[in-house]
Parts: sequence; C-alpha cells; structure tokens
Amino acid sequence: MAKHFLSGNEAFAYGVRLAKPDVISAYPITPQTIVVERLAEMVEDGSLKSEFVHVESEHSALSCAMGASAVGARAFTATSSQGLLYMAECLPYASGGRFPIVMMNANRSTALPWNIYGDQRDSILMLDSGWIQAYAETAQESLDLALLAFYIAEDKRVMTPFMVNLDGFVLTHTYEVVDVPSQDLVEKFLPPYETENMLDMDSPKNLGYSVGPDYNLEFKYLEHIGIQNAAEVIVEAENRFAEVFGRRYTGLVDAYICEDAEYIMITLGTIAGLCRETADLLRAEGIKAGVLRLRYIRPFPNREIGEILKNSKAVGVLEKDISFGNEGTIYTNVNSALYKAGLDVPSYNFIGGLGGRDISKENIKKAYEHIINGGKKVNFIGLEVNAYE
Amino acid sequence: MKPTLKKFKKPAHISELPNGTYFEAGHLVTKNAGWRTKRPVIDIQKCKGCLECYLYCPDGVIGKADGKVAIDYDFCKGCGICAKICKFNAIDMEGER
Repeated sequence: MAKHFLSGNEAFAYGVRLAKPDVISAYPITPQTIVVERLAEMVEDGSLKSEFVHVESEHSALSCAMGASAVGARAFTATSSQGLLYMAECLPYASGGRFPIVMMNANRSTALPWNIYGDQRDSILMLDSGWIQAYAETAQESLDLALLAFYIAEDKRVMTPFMVNLDGFVLTHTYEVVDVPSQDLVEKFLPPYETENMLDMDSPKNLGYSVGPDYNLEFKYLEHIGIQNAAEVIVEAENRFAEVFGRRYTGLVDAYICEDAEYIMITLGTIAGLCRETADLLRAEGIKAGVLRLRYIRPFPNREIGEILKNSKAVGVLEKDISFGNEGTIYTNVNSALYKAGLDVPSYNFIGGLGGRDISKENIKKAYEHIINGGKKVNFIGLEVNAYE
Repeated sequence: MKPTLKKFKKPAHISELPNGTYFEAGHLVTKNAGWRTKRPVIDIQKCKGCLECYLYCPDGVIGKADGKVAIDYDFCKGCGICAKICKFNAIDMEGER
C-alpha cells in the first residue's frame, strides 16, 4: 500500500487502473471530467493497458461499453447529470443484457435551471433502470468501490451493471490521503472476468435478442433475482476485501451509534459525515441520536432498515432529491421498508442540497428537532427565503 | 452451416432459461415463412450451381440437397433477391396460393 493525496475522482481513477479494464469509453462532463482525464493520462503513459475510446456522446459511451462487454471485455465508463440522462436509453439495455459494466457517476443537479453543482437527482432518476447503485462517502471508499464494483457486478449470480455515485465537487473535487493498494494485492482480490455472455467463434451465440410476451416476464424476473443476489455477494466481496486489504465495509448500510438510538437520520453520500457530527452534539445534550447511511439503494436495504430502526421512536430521511408532486424517493423507499418490517415509526422527509446548496449543521440540528417534536411530513430545508409563512 | 428446425421443449423451471439475452445461435423452433406471397423456384436444367444466390440470400435459406441447389421453404420469406441476381435466369418467382 502507498499513501497518495487524491481527490475523489482521482482515487476512483486509481481504483479503475488497478482493476485493469480492457475498454474505457467516456465523454467528459463536469464534475466527472477528471476521472476520465486521469485514465487517459494513464493509458498515454503506459501504466494502464486499456483501449481508450473517445466517443461523441454519453449514449455512445455506454453503447460502446456494451459492445466491449459483449466480446467478454471488462468495460468502464463514467458520466454525470445531463450525460447520465442522455445515456438513459442504454441503461436498461445494459442491465437487461446482463453486461456487468462499471460506471462512475458524479452526482450533479439536472436542468432546468441549469446548474453544475451537486445533488442526487440524476442517479435517483435512474433508480428503476436495473443497475446496482452505491454511494461513496470518502475518496478511500471511492477507490475501494471501484474494485468492489467489478467483483460484485461480474459475479455469475449477479451479472448486473454497477453505478458508483460520488457527490459532485464535495467528493469528486476534494482531496484526502488515500491508501492505494499494490497491483499484487488487487490480483489476489479481483479475478479476471469470465463470461458465457459473449460472442465466441467456437460457441456461436445469439446475443441481445427480443423476447415476446410469452417469456419476457421470466427474463425480467431473472434480472430482479440477479440484482437481489447482489446483497449477499456484496457481503462476500467485502469479507474477501477485508482479508486482502485489511479494510472492512459494512454492506448495504453504515450505521452510526444506532444501537440505542431513539432518533435516527437516514441519508446517503457525503452529508452523512455532518449528520454524524450533529448526532454527537445531540448526544452531548442527552438526546439519543443516530445516523444510518445507505451505502447502496439498489438492492435496497429493506431488511437492514427494519432491524436497525426497530427500537427507534422516530426517523428522518435527508436527501438531495425530490420526486416532484410527491416526496423524496429515498423517503418513499424507507417508508416501504418500515411498513414491510411491521414498524409503526413516524418518519419525516428533509429535502435539501439541491443544485449544490450547502446543508449546514444548523439545518441538520433543526431536522433532528423536527423528528423529535413531530410536524409536517415533507420539508424543504435550507430555503434562503421564507416560503412557509 | 444452415440451422435446422428443433423441437421446442417448454421450460419447466426458471433455471432452464438463459440468465440473460444470450443463447446458442441458430436455435430455431418455429417455421418462419408465413408472410411469403411469392416463392422462388429453381429450374435445375438452367442452374449452373454457381451459388451466387446462396451468397445473396439475406436469410441463409439456400443450400444444397442431393448435390443440387435447393431452397428451404420453411424459412424463405420470398424477397426475390435470388431470382433478381441469378445470371442464368434459373429462378422464377411463383405466386403462393
């Protein structure tokens, strides 16, 4: 292991280099650009032996990655925001085709109003596209997720593409010290990609065919089982990861002082850090606060949420997302998990951080107070103008 | 190699289905020629066996049977390309009844 001072994007690029993809296809977009710039430099200086394909759009970037995957290659791409939306047609293609492509998405707001700053509306719009979705909190976790993503996506039981999300700017552009593992250790962890889902002259196959109403439902069922299987493969992969690299992750969720917590804030991505600091402050005041960070939202941690929240008095869901006309999508999913677990816990939704608006410790403290005292179910936090009175 | 018609066995369990959209190429279980309005018929006296029709056929249904050029009517769609390109006018399109 070697220590490097890296941004989230750079750490991810280092992780991708260690995973040695055969093909990288990408189109630059803020705030993702640096990850593909670094990978292009690595190919240029010979430290990465990948075919680097310059494509003319994000739609082509993922189409190209699918083509590569269809000849048995390990493929990587990266995008953000409008790019992800432009790519949207290809996302269910890749998941339905069972091509285990890994993609990094730099979470960024969606137009209009045009905005390049971070929120999670882009990836959450793609929640039903059949991709695994993970959310990193640190640059170290970003690098590690690059390696874990290939391991998990390519597992025969899963065979599902994997989207790793990094909060735009807050994570993609901030620097921290990162442990970069040696190539030898990575070879011990990540096996070469082997698949039957490929063009093969010795065993000719029909790939990417149509299936009519007679069997289409069965194929979708199999796709659902594949992404559900990821839940157990994630645990296996993280156990193996801890054996090889000595760093342990905690599966679909990351619970902080939740064991005896009465009021739990559920969130995802980088804002979890400030939530933990706020929970510590509240603990000092005698309030039993906890934080549950969702590391994955597909597959969704239904069972984990049911178990961790079973003794809580009330919960909040803080997300950088809104499903207009309803509520935050993570809130909808969490409420479904609570209902399925038979928990009658009051839950409140806090929508914040849209278009890169800062979420302050004061905002989070107020949100906890709202959870404790009760009130409106769906709340926008951090509005700079009075909208409620 | 021209694929042959196979008997379809209805899967009894989900495990018998391919995990995704990939399966043995040329696995044909139903005839597919129902929309043909005209069928190409080879005049064996005129045919020189050059097999140019085999090269042009978009559905790969032309081959050889008993040493002679023959058309697989189970899969021929009746497009007429073979009749158009035959240098010896050995193929006629005849109306289907």
